[in-house]
Amino acid sequence: MSASGSIGGTARREPHAPESTIGRKADYLHAESTLRSWFLATDHKRIAILYLTSITGFFVIGALAAGIVRLALVVPNGAIMTNDTYNKAFTIHGVVMVWFFLIPSIPATFGNFLIPLMIGAKDLAFPKLNLTSWYVFMAGALFTLVSVVLGGVDTGWTFYAPLSTAFSNTWVLPALIGVTIVGFSSILTGLNFVVTIHTMRAPGMTWFKLPIFVWTHYATSLIFLLATPVITTALILLIMERGFHIGVFDPAYGGDPVLFQHLFWFYSHPAVYIMVLPGMGVISEIVPAFAQKKLFGYRFVAYASIGLASVTFFVWGHHMFVNGQSDLASLVFSALSFAVAVPSAVKVYNWTATIHKGSLRLDTPMLYAMGYIGLFVLGGLTGLYLATLSINQHIHATYFVVAHFHYIMVGGTVLAFLGGLHFWWPKFTGRMYSEPWGRVSALLIFLGFNVTFFPQFILGYLGMPRRYATYPPEFQLLNVLSSAGATILAAGYLFPMLYLVYSLWFGRKAAANPWNAKGLEWETASPPPTHNFLTPPEVPRIPYDYPIQAQESRDQHG
Amino acid sequence: MTPSHDSLQLWPAAVSTVASETDLLILAFTVLTLLLTVPVFVAITYFALRYREGSEADRSPSGIRSNLIEISWMLIPFLLTLIFFVWGARMFIASKTAPPDAMVIEAVGRQWMWKFQHPTGQAEINDLHVPIGQPIRLRIISQDVIHALYLPAVRLQVAALPDRYTDLWFKADRTGTYHLYCSEYCGTDHSVMGGEITFMNPGDYQDWLTHAGAQQGRVAAGRTLYEAYGCAGCHEPGSAVKAPSLAGLYGSQVKLADGRTVTADDGWLREKILNPNGDRLADGYKQVMPSFAGRIPEDELGTLIDFLKAYPTSQAADATR
Repeated sequence: MSASGSIGGTARREPHAPESTIGRKADYLHAESTLRSWFLATDHKRIAILYLTSITGFFVIGALAAGIVRLALVVPNGAIMTNDTYNKAFTIHGVVMVWFFLIPSIPATFGNFLIPLMIGAKDLAFPKLNLTSWYVFMAGALFTLVSVVLGGVDTGWTFYAPLSTAFSNTWVLPALIGVTIVGFSSILTGLNFVVTIHTMRAPGMTWFKLPIFVWTHYATSLIFLLATPVITTALILLIMERGFHIGVFDPAYGGDPVLFQHLFWFYSHPAVYIMVLPGMGVISEIVPAFAQKKLFGYRFVAYASIGLASVTFFVWGHHMFVNGQSDLASLVFSALSFAVAVPSAVKVYNWTATIHKGSLRLDTPMLYAMGYIGLFVLGGLTGLYLATLSINQHIHATYFVVAHFHYIMVGGTVLAFLGGLHFWWPKFTGRMYSEPWGRVSALLIFLGFNVTFFPQFILGYLGMPRRYATYPPEFQLLNVLSSAGATILAAGYLFPMLYLVYSLWFGRKAAANPWNAKGLEWETASPPPTHNFLTPPEVPRIPYDYPIQAQESRDQHG
Repeated sequence: MTPSHDSLQLWPAAVSTVASETDLLILAFTVLTLLLTVPVFVAITYFALRYREGSEADRSPSGIRSNLIEISWMLIPFLLTLIFFVWGARMFIASKTAPPDAMVIEAVGRQWMWKFQHPTGQAEINDLHVPIGQPIRLRIISQDVIHALYLPAVRLQVAALPDRYTDLWFKADRTGTYHLYCSEYCGTDHSVMGGEITFMNPGDYQDWLTHAGAQQGRVAAGRTLYEAYGCAGCHEPGSAVKAPSLAGLYGSQVKLADGRTVTADDGWLREKILNPNGDRLADGYKQVMPSFAGRIPEDELGTLIDFLKAYPTSQAADATR
C-alpha cells in the first residue's frame, strides 16, 4: 500500500523543506500519505479534513442551486426557467445547505479537529465511530445526490405532507432516505463529543477551564442526541406513507398533516442552534485572541450556551402560528420564543465588552467575527419580529423569513465558519494564507451578503411570499438588487477557495501560535503531530489567560 | 382596477385598522431594535478604532461589577421586548375572534387555484370581491395539500388544511384592489395560485353580485366540473398526457383526422365529451379519452360547455398559464 502513496510523499516536499524545529514526518498530515491512510483514518484531525473537503463540495452544490434561484428571480414572469425547475433549485439549495453543509459545518470539521486538542486529549473517545460517522454522512449524501441526478425533488427542504407523500411526482424517496441516514452521522458525532468531553479532559482541565468553543460543542452535541432521533422518526414515517401508503400524515389515509409539522420543527428548530452554537464558540475564541483580552463574562457565556440549547426545545411552535395549531399553543410558543433573546443578548454584549479596552488586531478572522456579531444581532432581533404573533400573521412565509434566517445562517454560521477557517488554518495545514486577500474577501462577503439579503426584509414586509417562481412586477427592482448582491457574495466565496488552496503549497510556514492566542491547541506544533502533544500539555490557571484581564475576572476567579 | 405596479414601493397598502395597527407595531418594534443594536454597532466600531494594537488608549480595569452588568443586559432588553409580545398577542387573540355577525365566505384551495363562494351562492375563481364596512369571515379548507390564504392588504394569512376548517376574518374600511396569494408552498404552480382581492362599497358589491358575480358564477361552476371530472388532468398545458388544449377552442375550426374540418360548437363539444371514439377525431392525436356518456348529467354538461366558451378570457386561464 505504501507504494501507491508516492504522490504526496517526501520527494515533492523536499524543495520546500521547512526550517521548523518540528519533525515534519511526525505531523498528522505527513505521517502517512496513502489513500488508505486517509480513507481508513481514525485520527480525528484527518477525519476533520475528510469532512472539510466533503462539506466544501456540498457548499458549492448548494451555492450553485442558490445561483439558479437568484437567476430565475431577475425577471418576475418566470421567463428564464419553468416553475418546476425553480422549485427543484430552491429545494436542492435548502436540503444541501441545511443537512450537508450547515449542520455538519463547524462541529464535524473544527469540532472534530479541535475538541481533543483544546481539552488536551490525543483523540476523540471513539476514533472508529468517528470514521463511521463520516461514511454514514457520505452514504446519506449519495442517496440525496442520486435524487438530484435522477431529476430532482420539489417539495422544499421542509418536506411537508401530504405534498411530499402523495402529490409530488419527483424523486422524494431517495432524498428522504438520504436525509434520514445523515441524521445518524449527527447522532454518532454528538455521542462521541459528549463522551470525549466528559472522560478525556487532561488532568486539571476542569469544566470551567474549558474554552467556550468546547462548551458550545457540548451544548450542540446534546441537541444532536436529543433532537435528531425525532426527525429520523418523522422522516421514516414519511417514507412509510409515501412508499407503502401507511397513513400517518395524509388525511386521505386518516392521518394528520399538522402532526408532521410538529415533529419536523421539534427537530428543525433546535437544528438552528446546531448551526448557531458552534459558530458562537468560534467567535468566543477569535474575539479574545484578537483583543488579547480575557473573554468578558466567561461563566455567563458558558451557561448561556447550555441555556440556548435548553430553551430551543420549547419554541418549535413559533413556526406554526398560522398553520392550524391551537391559539393557546401559539400564545405559549410566542412567549417562550422571546426568552431566546436572553442568552443571545448575553453572548453579544459579552463579546462587545471583550473588545472594550482590548489591544485589537483587525486580521481576517477578527473581521469575520465583527461581521458575525452585527449580522447575528440583526438576524436575532428580526426573529423576535417573527415571534410576535400579529406581525407573524403578516410576514410568515414571506421573504422577511428568508432574510431573517439567512442573517442567522449565512451572517452567523457561514461567517463564523470562514472566520474559524482562517483562524485555525495555520493549525490545520501548517501554512499561512494571504492576509490582504483574506481581508478583501471578508469585506466582499459582508457587502455582498447585505446587498443580497437586506432587500428581502423589505420584500417580505411588502408581502412577497417565499418559494415563488413568478412574482408581481412591482417587486422586480428589489429582486434584481438581491441577485446583484448574490454575485458579489459569490465572488467573496470564490476568493478564499483559491487563496486557501494556493497557500497549501505556497503559503508561508506557520508557527505553532501565529496569533499569540491562548488555548491548548496553540501549545502544540502547526500542524499537530498525530497524537496531538509530544509532551503532556500544562493546563493554565484560568481560561483565556490573555495579557489584558478585565476587572470582572477578579470577581470570578480572584 | 389592478394593484399598483410602481417600480419601487417601500410600504404596503393597508385597508383595515388592524393592518394599520400591525404597521404601527412593527415600526415601534423597529425603534426598539435600533435602540438595542445601534449602541452595539457604534461600540464595536469605536472600540475597534480606539483600542487598535499599539494605540495609547487607557486599558486599566474599569472596575465594573460584572454580575450586575450581566444581569442588566440580560433582563432589560428582554423586558422591553415583552411589551411587544403582549401587544402582538392581544392583536392575535382579536384576529382569532370573529364577530358573530360576520359575513361568511367559503374558500377552497386546491392545486393550484382558489375558489370562493359568497353567502348568496355566487362563486369566483382566484379573485375575491368583498364589501367594506362589515366583518368578513373566510372559512377555509383545502382539497389536496396544505395551502395558505394570504391577504397582505389586511396583514393576515392562515393555512388551508385538507382535514379541518380554518378561519380568517377582517373588516376593511378602504376600497381598492390588492394581491391575494397562496403562501404555503404547494407544488409546481404555487406562485400562480392567487389573484386579486377587491374591497368594494356595499352598494358596488351588491351590483357585482347581481351582474359580474352571477356571470362568473356559472363559469366558475364549469371550471370546477372541468377539474372534478378530471378533464384538466389531460387537457391542461403541461400535463403528462398530451391532449389538445381547450383554451380558445370554442368557435374555432378544427381539422379532423379524416381531412374534414369542423367548427367547435356546442354540439360538437357535447358529442366529443360523451362519445370521444366517434368518427370526428381531431387530427394529430391518438384516441385515448374515455367516454363520459352516462357519467355527466345534462345540466352539468351545459355548465361545462359554458366554461369552455369563456375559457380563453376567464381568470382561470390566466391562473393556469
